[in-house]
Amino acid sequence: MNVLSDTMTSGAEVRRPVLAWLHEWVVTVDHKRLGIMYVTTGILFMVVAGLEASTMRLQLAWSGLHVVPPETFNRLFTMHGTTMVFLVGIPIVFGFGNYLVPLMIGARDLAFPRLNAMGFWALLFGGLLLHFSFVGGDGLYGAGTAPAVGWFAYAPLTARAFTPGNSTDYWNLAILVAGFGTIATAVNMVTTIVTMRGPGMKLGRMPIFVWEILTISGLTLIILPPLSAAQIMLLLDRFLGAHFFDTQAGASAVMWQHFFWFFGHPEVYILVLPGFGFASEIIPVFSRKVIFGYVTLVAASVGIGLIAMGTWAHHMFAVGMGSPLNAAFAASTMLVGVPTGIKIFNWLGTMYGGKIRYSTPMLFCCAFLFQFLCAGLTGIMLAVAPFDWQLTDSYFVVAHFHFVLIGGLVFSIFGAIYYWFPKATGRMLSERLGRWHFWLFVIGFNLTFLTMHVPGMLGMPRRIYTYAADRGWEVWNLVVTLGVPLQLAGVLIFVINILWSLRRGQVAGDDPWDAWTLEWATTSPPPPYNFEVVPVARSRRPLWDLKHPDDPDGPHE
Amino acid sequence: MTSVAVGDSADVDPRWRGRVGMIGLIVAETSLFSVFVVAYLYYIGKSLNGPYPKEVLELPVFNTICLLSSSITITFALRALRVGAARRSGVWFLVTIALGVVFLVGTAREWYGLIVGHGLTISTNLFGTTFYSLVGLHASHVTIGLVILTLLCVFAFAGALRGSQVERAEIASWYWHFVDAVWVVVFTVVYVVGR
Repeated sequence: MNVLSDTMTSGAEVRRPVLAWLHEWVVTVDHKRLGIMYVTTGILFMVVAGLEASTMRLQLAWSGLHVVPPETFNRLFTMHGTTMVFLVGIPIVFGFGNYLVPLMIGARDLAFPRLNAMGFWALLFGGLLLHFSFVGGDGLYGAGTAPAVGWFAYAPLTARAFTPGNSTDYWNLAILVAGFGTIATAVNMVTTIVTMRGPGMKLGRMPIFVWEILTISGLTLIILPPLSAAQIMLLLDRFLGAHFFDTQAGASAVMWQHFFWFFGHPEVYILVLPGFGFASEIIPVFSRKVIFGYVTLVAASVGIGLIAMGTWAHHMFAVGMGSPLNAAFAASTMLVGVPTGIKIFNWLGTMYGGKIRYSTPMLFCCAFLFQFLCAGLTGIMLAVAPFDWQLTDSYFVVAHFHFVLIGGLVFSIFGAIYYWFPKATGRMLSERLGRWHFWLFVIGFNLTFLTMHVPGMLGMPRRIYTYAADRGWEVWNLVVTLGVPLQLAGVLIFVINILWSLRRGQVAGDDPWDAWTLEWATTSPPPPYNFEVVPVARSRRPLWDLKHPDDPDGPHE
Repeated sequence: MTSVAVGDSADVDPRWRGRVGMIGLIVAETSLFSVFVVAYLYYIGKSLNGPYPKEVLELPVFNTICLLSSSITITFALRALRVGAARRSGVWFLVTIALGVVFLVGTAREWYGLIVGHGLTISTNLFGTTFYSLVGLHASHVTIGLVILTLLCVFAFAGALRGSQVERAEIASWYWHFVDAVWVVVFTVVYVVGR
């Protein structure tokens, strides 16, 4: 492999033909390029799924509207959910893991670079397969286009008899393929973090983000294969006439729910823990203080990863599992709130007494703190089984998990992109556009999802196509929908900011934020080999030690 | 691939890279099999119509002996590799492959009997559904293992398994041991508990 030809393109370099440039990206095994491709893929799919959500909001803005036909509405929420979880959340968090983990631990690449490329391409083609269903889902029976079974595809709706045609099979195969890619990447991440750390980079000195990636990769190895297994069972049911979820043959449809949520709930933590990692890297740098309570933060992360595997059936309180199981899963769900609460105090403690700089990454992290706290509080409310019986499958639940995944994850992802964009491209994103993006998005988000709790408590079920006029839901739904254009404008400004800054952005230099982790010790963008000489880590802030040899961190840890 | 320069990975023996990777794969595979095992156990006795396991299943003792002893023969193959006896190692790999093939042929004969003799297919009842998928998932892993073993066997006879390659052969053998260990679970669940 020719290492030199892998050099990242920067503005100063000679322009190459487009095909040569494209070829380099397609055949690359460099973790930084694959990381950028993962994140770009995620952002593109986010735009697609965001437009699907906007269409649904338009449909629900007032009672009795007919923006799209009911069948299309079912396809929209299925594709929106599936895309956001599997093709936006996963590629973005593993993309950042790809890009940052080797740089942060002082390695030259991941442990298995070619496996890494395979993981990315499996995920991308899985995503394309899912979206190809819009064209090819008619199948032999001419029924359906995109899948319309909801993102958790409950049995027996997925049985041949109820969803003929090939649309559900596109859902199944696409997620199966993307899942194999994700498992491969998780193996790669664990191996890299365990075996490839640079000199002096002990486990206890790793940046929190690396700990989060280690936790979620381990978690992925345990909880993603069960989803694959359940999907293989579904394939056997649909194509070979097996009876795994066929109640008429004596089987249990609830079995699918157990298998799915054993994956589905920890999946939330797989997505949100890296968000915690972003916050844990950004908040100290912009508060000019070391992270408060490193050890408790790491313990809380690993603790969340472990408890996460015992909470899945809180998605099934309304199924009728019986009191002992309901009580057990309610208790375990409340238990997971404890380490999560610890983390909130870690971040607050870091900010307390710090010299806070409100740059765009920090703004997003501050909003993340408030909004994730709200998400956690409604989460605890829903953990109470009788409360859940009242509000299960209502817009209250929808508001809750959008607070987790947007208020928690997407906000921290935006912060992370503003923070690490200079490292990946050598140019800063515009602060001014960043502020516009932030304020439009934070106002739009809260207008939509804070308000959404109310129609939920008034009894509006999720996934309904439209509703009667006498329910008193109209004004609330209108407000919810009015938040959407603000969020869309925010994201549009964000995309413009990226495209503009790639060419015209202020040149960043190696370390624009005066940060302390190893990725800032190399050039921006880093060379293919990452470091000329891998710096020796003597504390949790190796770059601080290099900048301040007179006052190293070591004695204080 | 990655080159090891001065100052790289000072702390961890680079051989652990392959080992940890294989352990990760085995953890994921264990999780995959666990779900099929859970489904099998949960559906025991829930079939609405026959044939039932008691009527049609026989203990595959010879098959089991073959597969489990292949874990021993592959150890001999690796021991030979480590002392540089490439030809002897190749012969042991060949024996391992033969034992794996005998196992697969045994499974094929069992399935032939079930399908043709007893009319049990994957769509007959819950027993058929869970039986063919669990045993079939394991058999597909045996097949993958046999492909890996065949490569190792060819490389061994060609004298290509030397130096750092011995370590890689060792890691590949972990996969084979895992496939054997899974059979112990499948055997217990399907032929002992479920019968």
